[in-house]
Amino acid sequence: MLKTFSRGGVHPPENKLSAVQTIEQLALPKMVTIPISQHIGAPSTPIVKKNDLVKVGQIIAKSSGFVSANIHSSVSGKVIKIDSVMDSSGYKKQSIIIQVDGDEWEESINRDPQLIKEINLSSEEIIKKVGDAGIVGLGGATFPSQVKLSVPKGMTAEILIINGVECEPYLTADHRLMLEKGDELMVGTKILMKALNVSKAVIGIENNKRDAIEHLTSLSSNYEGITIQALKVQYPQGGEKQLIKAVINREVPSGGLPIAVGAVVHNVGTAYAVYEAIQKNKPLFERIVTVTGKSVKNPANYLARVGTSLTELIEASGGLPEDTGKVISGGPMMGKALNTIDIPMTKGTSGVLIIPVGESRRGVVQDCIRCAKCVSVCPMGLEPYLLMTVSEQQNYERTESERAMDCIECGSCSYTCPSNRPLLDYIRLGKAEVGAIIRSRKA
Amino acid sequence: MSEIVIYTIVTVSAIGILAAIILYFAAKKFHVVEDPRIDDIEEALPSANCGGCGYPGCRNFAEACVKAENLADLFCPVGGNDVMKDVAGILGQEAIEKAAQVAVIRCSGSFEYRPRTNNYDGAVNCTVAANLYSGDTGCQYGCLGLGECVDACTFDAMYMDEKTGLPVVIQDQCTACGDCVRACPKDIIELRNQGKKDRRIFVSCINEDKGGVAKKNCSVACIGCTKCEKVCNYDAIKIENFLAYIDFTKCVLCRKCIAVCPTDAIHETNFPLRRIKSPVEKKTVVKEKAVVTDNPDLVNIAKKKQESNDNEAESKDKE
Repeated sequence: MLKTFSRGGVHPPENKLSAVQTIEQLALPKMVTIPISQHIGAPSTPIVKKNDLVKVGQIIAKSSGFVSANIHSSVSGKVIKIDSVMDSSGYKKQSIIIQVDGDEWEESINRDPQLIKEINLSSEEIIKKVGDAGIVGLGGATFPSQVKLSVPKGMTAEILIINGVECEPYLTADHRLMLEKGDELMVGTKILMKALNVSKAVIGIENNKRDAIEHLTSLSSNYEGITIQALKVQYPQGGEKQLIKAVINREVPSGGLPIAVGAVVHNVGTAYAVYEAIQKNKPLFERIVTVTGKSVKNPANYLARVGTSLTELIEASGGLPEDTGKVISGGPMMGKALNTIDIPMTKGTSGVLIIPVGESRRGVVQDCIRCAKCVSVCPMGLEPYLLMTVSEQQNYERTESERAMDCIECGSCSYTCPSNRPLLDYIRLGKAEVGAIIRSRKA
Repeated sequence: MSEIVIYTIVTVSAIGILAAIILYFAAKKFHVVEDPRIDDIEEALPSANCGGCGYPGCRNFAEACVKAENLADLFCPVGGNDVMKDVAGILGQEAIEKAAQVAVIRCSGSFEYRPRTNNYDGAVNCTVAANLYSGDTGCQYGCLGLGECVDACTFDAMYMDEKTGLPVVIQDQCTACGDCVRACPKDIIELRNQGKKDRRIFVSCINEDKGGVAKKNCSVACIGCTKCEKVCNYDAIKIENFLAYIDFTKCVLCRKCIAVCPTDAIHETNFPLRRIKSPVEKKTVVKEKAVVTDNPDLVNIAKKKQESNDNEAESKDKE
């Protein structure tokens, strides 16, 4: 019996259409649009001006707080303008627009593909360099990684968990990364272990990626302290708290961080980015993106530069199909429906999913029949039907006391509701309101 | 048998008398002196409990009125000046008159003017939609059309116009309590002075995009062209972030700005229809007058007089 988390969860059709497609380098775009807010936390401060010439890997926006991240140019060329441009949030945000000219990299970046195993930096140096390289959680949450690596005083990390679960249907970016960059990923994990000063690391992978499990298991004999853990396929296992429960059977307390139970979780993509930053001096300016969908001609995994328009990614996969009903940035469960495809990909874009018309519409909303399916699938043990009702009634005190802030927005409730009720939509609304109330209380 | 009845009556009466005595002394001991004016003021208030005054309910407002030194910062928008006069009378203070206000919708992006670029099928709630994205048109500022303001209105003063997809305020019902203003996640609704004869002029747009972008997404958007700012003689119009705003305290309702607005983003309400002046009409008038005398000098004077009359009438019209 394979391990998994204990409470709730669903198993949507996997549809990993692009699992066998090797990572392709996407052709350089003519222009990139790099938003200054690609991470959770304060937007970065641009440090380039119009008409400045930039190189690949050059810092163009500086972190503006503790929870913030540097942003580097993903191309070489000229800054045309700094303007507000629509991004995946559905709103216009400040972005740096760069006209591409050639592909000239910063000299400090080591472009030699040779694997470097020795780690020469100390823990503090690693954390600082991760921050300098603008690395954020690449699983989708885009939380600045150096913050996660800085263990608060009075707490100790015991174990590092590397998240190779990729529980979202359709997405295969992490799967391909584990297959093709296994060694780099292992060294990246070692670096993270050194930064956290832990001797144990577990890479959790769902059992639908047998090839990745076998490949990494065979590599793990060369890397002391790293073990591979196969997990039962169950959504949302990629959630931090669910993964900790599945791997080490500890439960993160309500409102607490994983470090409270001695665990730190990083995505495989992040571990790879850390390897590149520490060993190759390469900041985070490109990532692997899955372009997929049932009607897409060539579902594929691209290594693409941050700021590339989604239009170009979709073009490379055979163009937007005629029967497109919805385009989603990310996976089908937690991803975000886009109102235009003319938006840039960011550090957090793990996939572009195209859903045909027939599947894209929500069903007709009916009354709640009190079947409690949402309660049984909620991985956080909440009562989604109740949270929806109280936040619809704007009873935010109750929303808070019913622990709305514990919701991880996995969407299992909305997915499973037979009455098609917009559960998560209202819970999100409640969370936003309660969050504002909590902040005003602290202020 | 009768003994039991008597015992019961005696016991119950004894308990009753004892309780009455305790309650009497308790009431004396814990008596709270409350200003009787609070009750009087509450009586005078409209009892809508809408929260438009900034207090949770009418009683809280009444308490605040009694506590306050003067009524400068306190105003019941539902009752208006009449009720505030009563309140001031009860307190023996001067009432401070405030201009009556009304809610206006600062978006005219109907289906016709603002093409839909995508279909929203999530929860029918403006705030939910606004948390998700900027809306189903290219304009990220405009009305989402899901009617949260209409739901928030306690006075049935709003409805959704299905043809345009925009909310409409029924002025006679609107009390300017501000519930819709607070409900709108896009801050489109504004309380403005009702104005003389209910005439108002306002920019019905809050789009802060540059002109070209705004115009592309909505044909009636304010493009920040500054024409209205230049034509206004009363310094009532300010342009900020490519968006004009008319200060209703300075506006004299001359309507010059409406005439020059290239996108019809400035709206007027309750003005009489403009008389259409055709140049042909003027000519005939002049001719008729000119016929009165044959003296060429007099004819010229009559002409001039007529012209200046026309001009005066015109400028009066504009004002």
